[in-house]
Amino acid sequence: MKLITIAGPPSSGKTSVIVKLIQCMNKPQGSIGVVKFDCLTSFDNLSYEEAGIPIQTGFSGKICPDHYFVSNIDDAVQWGIQSGFDMLITESAGLCNRCSPYINGILSICVIDNLSGVNTPRKIGPMLKFADIVVVTKGDIVSQAEREVFAFNIKQVNSGAKIVGVNGITGQGTFLLSKYLQRARDIQTLKNMKLRFTTPAAVCSYCTGETKIGEAYQMGMMKKMEFKQL
Amino acid sequence: MIIDDLEAYIETEPLKEVLRKYPIATDFLANYRLDTLSEEVPLPQALQEADEEVLSEFGIDRHIVLQNFYEFIKTFTQSETACEVVSSITIHGGLNKFRKPENISLTVSAGEVISVVGPTGSGKSRLLNDIECLAQRDTPTGRQILINGAELDEIQRFEMDGKLVAQLSQNMNFVMDLSVRKFLEMHAKSRLTPNACEVVEKCILCANRLAGEAFSEDTLVTQLSGGQSRALMIADTAYMSASPIVLIDEIENAGIDRRQAIDLLAKREKIIFVSTHDPLLALSADKRIIIKNGGIEKVIETSDEERESLIAIEKLDNTLQMLRNRLRAGELITNELLNSYK
Repeated sequence: MKLITIAGPPSSGKTSVIVKLIQCMNKPQGSIGVVKFDCLTSFDNLSYEEAGIPIQTGFSGKICPDHYFVSNIDDAVQWGIQSGFDMLITESAGLCNRCSPYINGILSICVIDNLSGVNTPRKIGPMLKFADIVVVTKGDIVSQAEREVFAFNIKQVNSGAKIVGVNGITGQGTFLLSKYLQRARDIQTLKNMKLRFTTPAAVCSYCTGETKIGEAYQMGMMKKMEFKQL
Repeated sequence: MIIDDLEAYIETEPLKEVLRKYPIATDFLANYRLDTLSEEVPLPQALQEADEEVLSEFGIDRHIVLQNFYEFIKTFTQSETACEVVSSITIHGGLNKFRKPENISLTVSAGEVISVVGPTGSGKSRLLNDIECLAQRDTPTGRQILINGAELDEIQRFEMDGKLVAQLSQNMNFVMDLSVRKFLEMHAKSRLTPNACEVVEKCILCANRLAGEAFSEDTLVTQLSGGQSRALMIADTAYMSASPIVLIDEIENAGIDRRQAIDLLAKREKIIFVSTHDPLLALSADKRIIIKNGGIEKVIETSDEERESLIAIEKLDNTLQMLRNRLRAGELITNELLNSYK
């Protein structure tokens, strides 16, 4: 089974891109499945179900979404294999810009949209930097100049990535993207494979449910901000 | 001056000098929050002051920064990629909706304008999509697109990075909150245009010539009228876009000089496809592709008679434009007025 990991900021069009992509590949229904990693709630399963795509949704809740992803991804792969998929696509929302659910040797795609501001690619970090392919959506509503500046800023952060423009509404661009997907390697398990980037360190008192403010309640991994005297 | 040994240059010259020579490298440092480094010494020394924790947050160390800095400059000083020397594209026909062969082979050269006409939903966009993804008999239409007469392998198709085709349509807007000048300067920077200032001037001048109403370089791009936006987009695509092929979707009613706009793009040696319902635009093209039932029905070369009729069509078009302007100005439309335009 081929595994593809797709990440991107909220509302960048990940679900639309994946649905159009699967439709464009023209494979028998049920041979491509999706696992959606979300935080608190999600309505994307409806879009997938409507398109007849097998979907499994998981909510990270109070756990850091990246930690949640890495501790469940191999189970997702096993579920995909047992379900008889040829391809499994995981979709995860980059809830902080540091999220990057990418694994060495597994095709990794970052979805960002032209409306998010031209400098956004420079701020996203590992989620963009470590992707093999960057899908840029909503190009149909901004000017050619803005598309070019946006692509340039992506290149600044990730000069090796292939940039593919996709229209999540009409599916324009998914054809080329599907060609890339076919090159993804087949895997049986992710055991002993490695993430491309460390997940955020998060073992402090607030991770474990502390809500009170004040130095006395801050324990574990902490990072303090420096305030300069004016 | 071309630096042969870029790595050695970066390691020995003060950072200040490197940044002066490659201003774009300032962005690299800013991207890693390294913009406060001392510029008086070479980068390897300057990096000694870098906060290790900040670097580790990015998953990098000093050695990787140096390596990436070098790669970054190399990437952004490379000469233009091969896709920019497109002198012709060829469309080999595929099948229409009823699996009937299109029996067509059309080569379009740089500077040529092709209009694409046909009823709504007939498959005009599909043709433009095939061109955009350089179809190799592997899209639903089975068409094949050749560049400079040659087939493309998959690697070449991917290498285009979306730079082959510039697109312009009625639905496109500016979303950046910048003045016209700043906007163009930003685009010029991303294109690594050497004589940016000159090109920016040219764009503004040209956009003003295309637009009905003039605008200043200090106007915010988001405040431009529909016509002014379209004019600026066309001027910018002509002078600054890297893409050799321009796909235009419905720019009629934009309140700009459409023919002049298309001429401008053609003069810049672009290959232009205009999907349109506008007779003026359709007949201004060198040839027109007729789309029917999801396929290319035929290709018609604009005849001399049609070319001559453009004068009459332009007159009709001007009459309509005059009526629009009069209505806007709150005037009445009279028989006398209409007759004076016949």
